[in-house]
Amino acid sequence: MKQKLVTFIAGVVFAVGLGISGMTNPAKVIGFLDVTGAWDPSLAFVMGGAIGIHVLVAQWAKKAQRPLWADAFVLPTRADIDGRLLAGAALFGLGWGTAGYCPGPALVSLVGLTTGALTFCASMIAGIAAFHGFAATRRERADESNSTRT
Amino acid sequence: MAFTPVSALIGGALIGASASMMLALNGRIAGISGVLGGLVRPQRGDVEWRITFMAGLLAGGVLLALAYPRALLATSASPIALTVIAGLLVGFGTQLGGGCTSGHGVCGISRFSMRSILATLTFMATGALAAFIVQHVLGSAS
Repeated sequence: MKQKLVTFIAGVVFAVGLGISGMTNPAKVIGFLDVTGAWDPSLAFVMGGAIGIHVLVAQWAKKAQRPLWADAFVLPTRADIDGRLLAGAALFGLGWGTAGYCPGPALVSLVGLTTGALTFCASMIAGIAAFHGFAATRRERADESNSTRT
Repeated sequence: MAFTPVSALIGGALIGASASMMLALNGRIAGISGVLGGLVRPQRGDVEWRITFMAGLLAGGVLLALAYPRALLATSASPIALTVIAGLLVGFGTQLGGGCTSGHGVCGISRFSMRSILATLTFMATGALAAFIVQHVLGSAS
């Protein structure tokens, strides 16, 4: 129960942080990303503030046996740099720099019921579903070629 | 846009506090595209916490709407057709690359993950490129 409560509170705090920081304002995001325009470096401070706090806990977590209220950490384990990582990040950046929304701010902005946020979230979810369809097809193909090989 | 380093720092610190609560207490990464991805393709036993986090995110949105409505009333920086393409790119790209601004940019960099550092540099660079093209070449700023 307390785990569930902290998850909910973390969601609330995350959303409020995004709103206060300016991340839910696409024009502000574009003002940060468009370095050739009237550049507004504010959003670098969002990342600075977030990392400044989180780095302490993240580094503690590397050494800790387990989290305080759960049995184990669920952390990414991969360390290799591959094409999927870089291609995925590149595609994500293109979308972010086009609309000015990344996933968190877009979801929080759903509450404002603007056409932009609603449209963006619907297509973002379609993009996620498309990826999982694509990944499943690739897995099936890999399974097929494995079974024909044996 | 006005330079707003103080509100940016305060908002950022709240995001960092949220990610820290999730990691220290529950042992999980507060990466939004990851949390959402696991709801689009649900796995048994791994759904409830994601819904709870999303509910908190939307409840936070309601709080903002009541106390600071300006935060939610801005809308997409591009025309509707481009917004659709942007959403598809963000959805597909974050799943392929395993993270977004929160998962790679905040959580991963805080763990000193080389994957996340490179991913963040990459999406910052292509984000700048797309913003330049949309604002100056396609001229949606006018």
